[in-house]
Amino acid sequence: MALSEKEVLAGLAEIVAEETGLDAAEVTGPKSFTDDLDIDSLSMMTIVTLAEEKFSVRIPDEDVKNLVTVADAVAYMTKAQS
Amino acid sequence: MTVIRTTKGPEYARLMGLGVARGEVTVTNDDVAGPIDSSDEWIQQRTGIVTRMRAKPETSVLDLAERASRDALIAAGIEGRAIDTVIFSTITHPQMTPAAAPELGARLGCPTAAAFDISAACAGYCYGIAQADALVRSGQSTYVLVVGAEKMSDFVDPTDRSISFLLGDGAGAVVVGPSDAPAIGPTVWGSKDGAEFVRMTHSWLEVRDDPTTPFPTLVQEGQTVFKWASFEMPDAAAKAIEAAGLTPADIQAFIPHQANIRIIDQMAKRIGLPDTVAIGRDIVDSGNTSAASIPLATERLFRDGQVKSGDLALQIGFGAGLVFAAQVVALP
Repeated sequence: MALSEKEVLAGLAEIVAEETGLDAAEVTGPKSFTDDLDIDSLSMMTIVTLAEEKFSVRIPDEDVKNLVTVADAVAYMTKAQS
Repeated sequence: MTVIRTTKGPEYARLMGLGVARGEVTVTNDDVAGPIDSSDEWIQQRTGIVTRMRAKPETSVLDLAERASRDALIAAGIEGRAIDTVIFSTITHPQMTPAAAPELGARLGCPTAAAFDISAACAGYCYGIAQADALVRSGQSTYVLVVGAEKMSDFVDPTDRSISFLLGDGAGAVVVGPSDAPAIGPTVWGSKDGAEFVRMTHSWLEVRDDPTTPFPTLVQEGQTVFKWASFEMPDAAAKAIEAAGLTPADIQAFIPHQANIRIIDQMAKRIGLPDTVAIGRDIVDSGNTSAASIPLATERLFRDGQVKSGDLALQIGFGAGLVFAAQVVALP
């Protein structure tokens, strides 16, 4: 059963917290992965791959650059489930 | 009926002795940062590299291989003339033909040995070990010299932000010979359609047909390769442990190709290796040396007292092709 955006955000926040050491509560929709959360391209690739596993979705490498904010990623992954 | 006779060798093979050589010149991050508009901090944070060792202009890939091989022969207690097969893994021998292996054999005093090069990029050393193990156990060879040697600095573009700044020069060699006990596990190897992910910028024919074509250098799709290495290679490594009839708890050392410290750490985490396992991290000082990186990292672990002879090491090479190979070996 597909997860809601709220559930995807919670799961993504857990992944980001594990990869970066940030508090999961800091991972909110408007935050930019690069500018606000200080996540570089390799960490972003790790986060995306772990999210693919967690949400059973496929995110082509060329789409990763379009996931600028947490909300972008949550919307993409929520839609990709269906 | 006429039947062809075949050979049968000893039941087992082992690594008998290791030798290495690194480029003579220490190249710092500050030395390479300018043309790629980067910094020491950025390079360390992204790759773990602090320095890479590069060879002098007059030092060839064969020179590096010869130095490593002579030390490997001494460590193995084997005369050069006893080597009956020379396997040379490299992607930086600057002539398509002849191969580097016959000349190395001539330099080492085994001018009649079977000799051939392997082009398997950063997986070349593990491909060579797979071949040597099979040759010894089939009875086709008695003592095989496996060399991974690269002079990557001949094929770098100082302005390339994808891979050039990672690369160093070096060589690692081992003698593989007969053994009374199992000492080289089955190789888990294969390939993946991904020729564009790590490659030369131009083919030789493009250079021939258009004189304005720059000299070919290496480039990679860094993020794609990072993802493949970090998340698909741990499965191959785990299968190599399983194929050897072992569990991660049986392994004393993890010696992957030295591509990027973050790939190394991610792989170790995903394989589920215990904290007690020594991990090869020679990339910090030597950079990425392609086919030479695993034996160089092995030597570093010995020098630092982190491993001893007989320890079981999981080694995995992966790179351009894309190709990969993993096996568990008893260290020489």
